[in-house]
Parts: sequence; structure tokens; C-alpha cells
Amino acid sequence: MNASSLPKPSTSNDVIDAIADAVRADAPLEIRGGGSKAAIGAPRNAPILDMSGFDAVIDYDPAELVLTAGAGTPLSVISALVESENQMLAFEPFDHGPLLGQVAGAATIGGVIAAGVAGSRRVSGGGARDHLLGFEGISGRGERFVAGAKVVKNVTGYDLPKLAAGSWGRLFAMTQLTLKVLPRGRESATCIVEGLSPTQAVAAMARAMGSQADVSAAAYLPAALAGGASLTALRVEGFGPSVAARCTMIEAALAEFGAVGRVDAATAGKVWADLRTLAPLAGTAPLWRIATPPSTAPSLVAALEPFGAQWLFDWAGGLTWLTLDGDPARVRAAAAAASGHAILVRAPEAMRRIVPALHPQANGVAALEARVRRAFDPNGVFETGRFHEVANAN
Amino acid sequence: MKMPEPDQAVLSRRAEIVARLRSIVSGEGVIADPDALKPYETDSLTAYRQPPLAVVLPETVEQVSAILAWCHAEGVKVVPRGAGTSLSGGALPLADAVLLGMAKFNQIVDINYDDRLAVVQPGVTNLAVTRTVEDAGFYYAPDPSSQIACSIGGNIAENSGGVHCLKYGLTTNNVLGVQIVMMDGEVIRLGGRSLDPAGLDLLGVVVGSEGLLGVVTEVTVRILPKPQTARALLIGFPSVEQASQCVADVIAGGIIPAGMEMMDKLATQAAEAFVQVGYPLDVEALLIVELDGPQAECDHLCAEVQTIANTNGAVSCRTSTSEAERLAFWAGRKAAFPAMGRLAPDFYCMDGTIPRRRMPEVLARMAEMSKSYGLAVANVFHAGDGNLHPLILYDVNQPGQLEQAEAFGSDILRLCVEVGGVLTGEHGVGVEKRDLMPVMFSEADLAHQQRIKCAFDPKLLLNPGKVFPVLHRCAELGRMHIHGGALPFPDLPRF
Repeated sequence: MNASSLPKPSTSNDVIDAIADAVRADAPLEIRGGGSKAAIGAPRNAPILDMSGFDAVIDYDPAELVLTAGAGTPLSVISALVESENQMLAFEPFDHGPLLGQVAGAATIGGVIAAGVAGSRRVSGGGARDHLLGFEGISGRGERFVAGAKVVKNVTGYDLPKLAAGSWGRLFAMTQLTLKVLPRGRESATCIVEGLSPTQAVAAMARAMGSQADVSAAAYLPAALAGGASLTALRVEGFGPSVAARCTMIEAALAEFGAVGRVDAATAGKVWADLRTLAPLAGTAPLWRIATPPSTAPSLVAALEPFGAQWLFDWAGGLTWLTLDGDPARVRAAAAAASGHAILVRAPEAMRRIVPALHPQANGVAALEARVRRAFDPNGVFETGRFHEVANAN
Repeated sequence: MKMPEPDQAVLSRRAEIVARLRSIVSGEGVIADPDALKPYETDSLTAYRQPPLAVVLPETVEQVSAILAWCHAEGVKVVPRGAGTSLSGGALPLADAVLLGMAKFNQIVDINYDDRLAVVQPGVTNLAVTRTVEDAGFYYAPDPSSQIACSIGGNIAENSGGVHCLKYGLTTNNVLGVQIVMMDGEVIRLGGRSLDPAGLDLLGVVVGSEGLLGVVTEVTVRILPKPQTARALLIGFPSVEQASQCVADVIAGGIIPAGMEMMDKLATQAAEAFVQVGYPLDVEALLIVELDGPQAECDHLCAEVQTIANTNGAVSCRTSTSEAERLAFWAGRKAAFPAMGRLAPDFYCMDGTIPRRRMPEVLARMAEMSKSYGLAVANVFHAGDGNLHPLILYDVNQPGQLEQAEAFGSDILRLCVEVGGVLTGEHGVGVEKRDLMPVMFSEADLAHQQRIKCAFDPKLLLNPGKVFPVLHRCAELGRMHIHGGALPFPDLPRF
């Protein structure tokens, strides 16, 4: 990719001008934060609308549980800030840079939201969609607008922030975001069970998630990736007495699955870091992110293992990260058969040129989605070809 | 409140429309007799009444699809209705619209405890979901006060909350997927059984869309394991400022209670007179803080909250030691609305949200307004998330008092927006707050929302007259106004 960059905007009016110019020139424009996820989607060469100038934290009052920041603010800055107040972004967003072969630190909060990035706590704490309260942005019409609000509870008008999360820069350029933040658990513990099969692990995780132990994250590394026996890991977070009590509850709930152990902080840190960096799946093989109901995850991986798939489960089985150096149609078919969908996160350029990053939708939904995109972007100024969208828009 | 002018051509076709509906839904599923239409003329915002053109109560998705497809082709408006418990007039009928009641969609379709979800039809009541799964130790978290009657379909339309949504979220945070019928009759599924959608989060827009985008025919909700224990504290403060600071300190201290409710003196006294549960009568503000989770966690947090309360000058503090006592603490809060009946013949319930740090100032200004309008106001809040429910007391039989109460209510909502808050935290815009939308949103903001409506329902036939103060035609909204110069080929249609 050797896309040119436009002058970096620093005000909403700069963004309005850039979009208006692109509309007049009938040329596409790619909205970009830090570029950490630029390698997702088809190769393209649209000029870059660099949002990294919108990098200020505008308001943060921990007692209100609300933080407002420029969309280009680095995720690392926001994470450090909320951590300094013993708070967190509960959806556990992470930087895609390292898993796409780039240095860490470039990811911005706007990019994280636009890509709907959520880590292991997604299963208990909600996703990016659940923590974006409001935003200001410029649509493909070149008009500034606000949506949502800066308070934690609001049902006034359509919930456009939900659309923003996972919109991948196809609707509007966000300039400012308001996020819900939450207290960070004062303590954390990780319980493990070793040696379970994928089916047993998903059953064990379902049992734990269905118990009163309030499990915040549940993941599974098969033996091939865990270095020895397979690893089922369950994380609890909260106040000291509560964490201790809930570990005991997990032990009781999982008694029939085998011995439940507890790992030390360093080991636990590595387990959960692996789920963010996906180090166990490092390499160049195409990497897929497959969301399914947890109960169908074992059949999904069973269908793809004979073709050389390597994989791990997060979200108690509701998310499968999988590498497969083979027919992408097989992955999409297996995901659909498991009542889920697959995003192609990492792949060689040649493959990304042919295989859409996002899972194809049913016809009616695809048509509706195209109409919604056109509602914000009637001229397709944000249709860079990254999501093969030019082909299905009209 | 002005509703769209009824279409005389449609009114004159009433017999034909009823006959057509009867060809789709037989027997008692179509109601056209004027007396029988009476129960449908309002929802829970009873100040507004309008009998519909006709009522149709379909039982299958195919019938919903056929009804909508025919109305779409014929240009007949449709107002969807769940249980009719909307407090904002979301289900208020129109004289020239078919009222589509979803009450017969009352089946639980599937329960999957391993995936922690329930698939239900939209007419199932909120509480029925919990009743269905509670023996297995689960529940459905959103719990609007009307949960005994309100339907899941209505909850989707309104993005309903409840006293526990600070910790467990609104409806939108607890729904995985829906099947909806579009106005043209097309049946689609948004979301599914997995945590994230495959493409744009259209489900997220449908939730809270107040029946303007489609008719929900099936809902997949997340269910959660019921917490091991719940305990509540009942804390009295000599001032609202101290109670507010206590709320802020609890949250800043890293505690997210399952519920955190505040009542002012008038509300507290009225509730106590109504149910006699031992509320202190000499306090300016009463706080109920509920903590849930493992026993060890509840015990630990009850002690922490008590310490924070004492630091903030609490004059009384009781911690529930039994389930009966916990429920007694709540009984007064839950009776707050009916208790108002002892103070005045009528009350008008508002629903703004504010940044909590502005609470004392907002209450002081509300007290001034109360004086200038000559109408008393009692306050009940979801204090944890800053969602206010001021209850304006009035007497509809006193000439002009209803209008005064509505004007007072509008002033309160303007104040909420002025201090950085919103018009509605959980009741919805409906017809009630429709004309206040420009207080919170610019014309461009509203146009960006309305174009979504156009993407779903370009003829604007579904639930018109709600949410948006001006009914712009979609073609008009589609026009581009590009800053700094003209569009190339300005005459080309853009839609």
C-alpha cells in the first residue's frame, strides 16, 4: 500500500473540507487512526484521512464513569489514564499492531471502537458497542453531527453509537468519543483445569459461566498450543474476599471436570496476554476471528482441524481465533454451520484481494446495510474497496 | 401535542382495509367495532387518546409480513403495540393507522443454558422470561418497573432499563438477536446467538427505535446466573448534597451496586405513609443501595458502603439481614408512584438523566420551578446513573393544571440537557418528548437519525408522528448540502 496522505486535520472543519473535496472529486477517502489495523481488508490506495490529530482527553470524571476523548487519542494513553484512577475500559480493547506484524502503541481509541475490538472480558463485560455512549463525527455528507450523549443512561433518539462500533470507517469520521468506564477489580485470580478436550472445556466453561462465581473471562488453549496439557483458564476479578470466595465456587462447580488449580500472577498474566497478542498463533498463516454460540465451537474446530487449523477459544468458546493455510470458503462454511461468522484478520495481500474481510451477509441484511451506509455516505466517499463494498453497494 | 393530519383517503377506505386485514387474520384477530377499539386508544401515557383505524392481532410471522406488505403497497400507516405500557406514548394509535398488536406472540421458543440465552416471542412479558429460567438458577436482567406486564418486544422498542441497569445494562446490552419484519413485509434476522454481529450493528439501532424501523417477531436475549445473595442498605441523609456525595464516593471507591436509588423527603414520606416499612421521616434524602454477588462480597461491600455513608454524614443506616427486610426496603421505593395518589389526584413522571455531579444544583432549580409553577414535585432517582424521575403533582380537574404540569416537565427536561444530560434515560421519546428533541439535537443531528428511518422504511409508514418533531420526506433528507461548493450534477437523484 502506498496511499497518499492528505494534510492532517486538527479541527472538525478540516475534516469537513477534506470530505467535501473528496466528494467533489468523486474520490474515496480512508479514515485512519493509528493504522494498526490497516492490514485488515483488501489492499487499496485511497488517500488517508489521518485522525491522529484528535488526540486530547477532553473530560474525565471517574465518579461519573464517563470519559470523553478525541478519536485519535492512543489507546495506551487512555488505558494508562483510567488505570491511574483504578478504572478500566471494561471491554478490554487491545492493540492489533503486534499480531499484524507492526510495533505496539499505534492503536487509537477511535480505531478500536470503529473495529469493535474487545478482549477476553467481552463475555462478561460487554463489547465496544456497550461502552460507547456518544460521539461527534463528520458523515460522508460532509456534515458534522453528534449522537448519543455524555451520560451513562440515555435512550433519546436512535442509538447511533451502536452503529459506530464495528463500522470500520464506512459511515463517518468520528472526531470525539464518550466512553463508559468502570472500576477495575482490585484483585484478580485465574483458576485452571488442565487436560480437557475441546468439548469438555466448553462444557466446563459453560458450567463456570452459569455458576454464581461471576467469571469475567474464560479461555481454552488446546494441548498443541499450551505446551503440554490443554489449558482451560477462568478469571475472576473484584474485591479480595470476593475473589477468594468465587475461586472456591469455581472449584466446586468444576469438580467433575478434574482438579482446579490456581496459577500465580505472572502465569495468569501470560495466559491473558496471549489472548491479546495471539502469540500462540503467530506467523503468517491466515488468521480468522470466528464468533459463534459457545456450544457450537467444538464442532467448528473439529471440522477444520483435519485441514491443519490451529486455534484457541476465548469468550467461553464464543470466540475462536483460528489459523488455516487453506481454502477460505471452508472456514466461512464451517463458521456458518456453527451459527456464526468469520472475519479474516491476517492474510497475505493476494488473499485479501479476493476474500472479503467481513463475513458475507444474507441478501436482505446486506441490502439494508448498504442502504444504511448510503444514508451516511450517499456518494460512497468512504468506500475504498477495503471491504469489497463497492461491488455490493449499488 | 399535534399528531400528523389523518389521511382522509385512507379513512374513507376503512371498510376495505378491515376486509383485507380479515382475509389475512381471521375471526377475532381483527377488531373494527368502535367500542372494542376503546381499550387500544392509549398506552400508559393516558393524557393522549386516539382510537385506531382498526386493530389486528396476528399470530404468525407470515401474517405480520402479509399485513405489512399490503399496508406498504397501499400506503396505509401501521402503529405496532406490545403490552401498551409505554410511558411516552410510543404506542399511541393514529386515526388513519392500523394498530398491530403483538400480544399473541407469547411463546418461549428455546432456552439454552449452556449458551446462556433464551429465544422468545415478543409478546412474552419481561417477568415471564425470568420465571421460565429461574428454577435453573438464571434470570433476565433488565427489570423495568412494569415488568409484570410489559413485553419483551416493547422492551426492544424502548430499550427498557430498570433499577438494576447501572450494573447489568439496559435491554440493548442483554439482547443478542432479533427477527424483524420490515415495513415492506420482508423478514430478516439481525444478530443471532453469538456476541458480535457479522456486519454493521443494525440490531443496536433497532433496539430503542420505538417501533419506527420494523416489527420484532422473535428475540434472543442473554440470561444470567442469579447472584448468590443480595443485601440492601437503607441510609438517611440530612441533605441531598451529602446523599449525592455518598453516591459519587461509592462509585469512585470502585463499587458498582446492583441498584442505587434516592428519594427526596416528599417521596420518602409519601411512600412510608403508603406502605409503613420503617423509612426514616426526618431525613432530606433516603438512599437504598443494593449489593449482590457471593455472600462474602456482599458482606464486605455492605461494610464499605456503610463507612462511606458515615463519612458523608448519614444520620441513619440499616443493612438488611434477611430477604424479607431487603424487600421491605424496596417496598417503599416501588410504591413511590402509587403513593403519590395520597398527595394529589394526578402526577406526571419525568425521566431525564444528568451528570450526577450536577444533582444538587438541578434539585435546587427544580425546587424554584416548583414554587413558580405552584405545583409540588417529589423526586425519585436511579441515583447511580443520574436518571431522575421527578413526579409533578397536579389535579387534572383544576383548569389549566395539566398544561402547567406539562410545561413544568418540559422545563425540567430542558434543564437536564442544559447541564449536559438527556431528555430520556429509559422511558423513550415517543410523542411526549418529541417536540423537545431540538433542545438536545441540531437539525443535522436529527437528519442523520432520520435517514436511518429512510433506510428501513422509506415511505415513513411505521409509527409516524413519534420521536421526530418534523416528518421530512426521505427525498428531502437525501439532498446533499456540501460546504464550500456545489455538488457535481446537482440534478442527479442521489437515492
